[in-house]
Amino acid sequence: MSIELNSNQNPKITWEGCNVLLDINDGDRLLFARLTPGSTLKIGNKSCSLQPLIGCHFGSLFQLETGDKGPFLSPVVEVSNQEEKGCKIDEPKDNRALVDNNTAQSLTGDEIEAMRREGVTGDEIVEALIANSATFDKKTSFSQEKYRLKKQKKYAPRVLLRRPFARSICETYFKKYPTRIGYLRVDSLSLLLSMANITAHSDVLVVDMIGGLLTGAVAERMGGMGYVCNTYLGVNPYPIDIVRMFNFSDEICKRIVQSPLAELSARENEISLQPGQPEDSCNTEKLTSPPPNSVNMDELMVTPENNNSEILTTAASPVSKACKAAKAGGKAPEVAIKSWRETGFSSLIMAVPDMDAWTIVKEVLPLLSFSAPFAIYHQYLQPLVTCMHNLQLGKMAIGLQIAEPWLREYQVLPSRTHPHMQMSAFGGYVLTGTRICST
Amino acid sequence: MLPTDSVKRLSFKRCVSEGDLVIVYERHDNMKAIKVCESAVLQNRFGVFKHSDWIGKPFGSKVFSSKGGFVYLLAPTPELWTLVLSHRTQILYIADISFVIMYLEIVPGCVVLESGTGSGSLSTSLARAVAPSGHVYTFDFHEQRAASAREDFEKTGLSSLVTVGVRDIQGEGFPEKFTGKADSVFLDLPQPWLAIPSVGKMLKQDGILCSFSPCIEQVQRSCETLRSNFTDIRTFEVLLRTYEVREVKMNSFQGDEDRSTELPPCKRKQRLNEEGNGLENPSPPVVMARPSSEARGHTGYLTFARLKCAA
Repeated sequence: MSIELNSNQNPKITWEGCNVLLDINDGDRLLFARLTPGSTLKIGNKSCSLQPLIGCHFGSLFQLETGDKGPFLSPVVEVSNQEEKGCKIDEPKDNRALVDNNTAQSLTGDEIEAMRREGVTGDEIVEALIANSATFDKKTSFSQEKYRLKKQKKYAPRVLLRRPFARSICETYFKKYPTRIGYLRVDSLSLLLSMANITAHSDVLVVDMIGGLLTGAVAERMGGMGYVCNTYLGVNPYPIDIVRMFNFSDEICKRIVQSPLAELSARENEISLQPGQPEDSCNTEKLTSPPPNSVNMDELMVTPENNNSEILTTAASPVSKACKAAKAGGKAPEVAIKSWRETGFSSLIMAVPDMDAWTIVKEVLPLLSFSAPFAIYHQYLQPLVTCMHNLQLGKMAIGLQIAEPWLREYQVLPSRTHPHMQMSAFGGYVLTGTRICST
Repeated sequence: MLPTDSVKRLSFKRCVSEGDLVIVYERHDNMKAIKVCESAVLQNRFGVFKHSDWIGKPFGSKVFSSKGGFVYLLAPTPELWTLVLSHRTQILYIADISFVIMYLEIVPGCVVLESGTGSGSLSTSLARAVAPSGHVYTFDFHEQRAASAREDFEKTGLSSLVTVGVRDIQGEGFPEKFTGKADSVFLDLPQPWLAIPSVGKMLKQDGILCSFSPCIEQVQRSCETLRSNFTDIRTFEVLLRTYEVREVKMNSFQGDEDRSTELPPCKRKQRLNEEGNGLENPSPPVVMARPSSEARGHTGYLTFARLKCAA
């Protein structure tokens, strides 16, 4: 068996026009950008071109340097592995002699500025700062490392080139704009995808009211085989702008389709369906929300971060927005709709963080094949509780469970391993189950 | 198990037939995987179920025993399989599994290496994620365990996606032929640090490793080894809290006119009812949720790391 597989499915190198995730200074700033020769990145008061990032491996690291023609991003060549320089816990040093009177540093701001103008590299400035710090030698090796890192972030900021995946896109939104994705944390998203049995060649019914993150994550798992069918109440599809971040190929985009619920349900279940009523109740809400293709993504790309004093960033000048790629979210083809009516969808996945889950579930569940699994996300517990109870009463599903994922990250360092001091305490609730045949 | 085969995929019309693998669902905590065979019967506490009664019924149907007891017949999924498979080793559960697939960025077409195979709980989900064009190569040094896993993948219809090898990965590393070919690697080994240098060779640039270890000392050593040529080293613990949903009758406080007679609340209510003075106000039952009182408190630490990019 050949191990060589089509690598263009899973590109490892950036290209002109691709969307990337830029991680500045080890997670301090995260932003999406589109790589074009004209796009720029602003770090602090310096603006540099993203051109050098085109054609590089995802995972490459860059450092902001100042050259003759101004600031530029230069690839970082990691100088071997900096061995943990004896960060011992039983070191005799401590902070008893530390006096915080702001006189420890003898280099002045003007002197540093002068060095920068002369083209001294960021790394050299960091070394100069250390050499001119009266207290550096008295610090424990652990806090020396901290000091070095802090100065490096300021004088030699680093940019890590990341490939946008469902994982990194979800994490980025969760960190920056959790309300836009209804507080869906990455572990909840992964649970949804597993429990809804998402795989290539499925026909997945999606109700995505979190801007397209769910749709994109489902499509990523299906690799352009089968269909991701986004359904909606009323006449306006829900916006799915986040899908654009995923760098999907045309094949994958073509498999992301939309269809109003009324159309999917038509003739299938005419007695239980009362077109109009469920639609109208939601319409009022939908009409006020932005139409598809709104500014969501661009907003995300240029919003300056105000809570970070060292780095104010804006990215990617709003150059050619024209996406040459096939657009995701086209209308579902007639034949597909017909086939779904005959066979049913193979699973359902929903994220409706601001709506009553049950009123939607009772409409969409009959569209699933018997024995099809479903997974529903909500930021509140109560709507899922009601939904689960009604599914039980109506004998519509079995294996029902409400789960709340809990995720804790650890700092692992020699003699200094412990959970992170700050953690996310909430990532949402997930209701899962399997549709049964009630006849 | 996977919808690659258009004849067998789930549909309103897809009925149970001879030779199908079905998940027999008694309760959420009691399920069993059974291969349908016309002449066979299933006997459990609900009575005797004839397989021949099942054939021709849609998946998701309720079927009855001679005594009138019933079970549901479900189509297998990796999640259901994880709940029914025979535990030859400690297995990975759903929260860890789904997080691993997501964090390893596995998509259709990926090549994934795994060791050890164990009971194949994770391998099943890995196979679903790489299908239809990718492949999972999984290794276990225990010959019999590898053989049982192979049988299971045959049973679940995943053998075209998963190859099980017998090999001591800690001692020998992964086979040379996978050098630079793996998109991601998963390790569940007692001494993962021994295998990490080999993983570094197997991964493509920017490829990701995950190591699962129950003990923090294992994590500590793995991370020390990883620092040499991996980056983005992150360790997580992921757990699930489940909720019980019940309809509860809550008696509302009735006012203090009866305070004088010091009776426990239940007695008091009875008394009111007996009197039938119209004061009783049985509030309608309310559906409420609370966390289940028992839960898995620890499974293992998941350490992820990315192979450093040669500039």
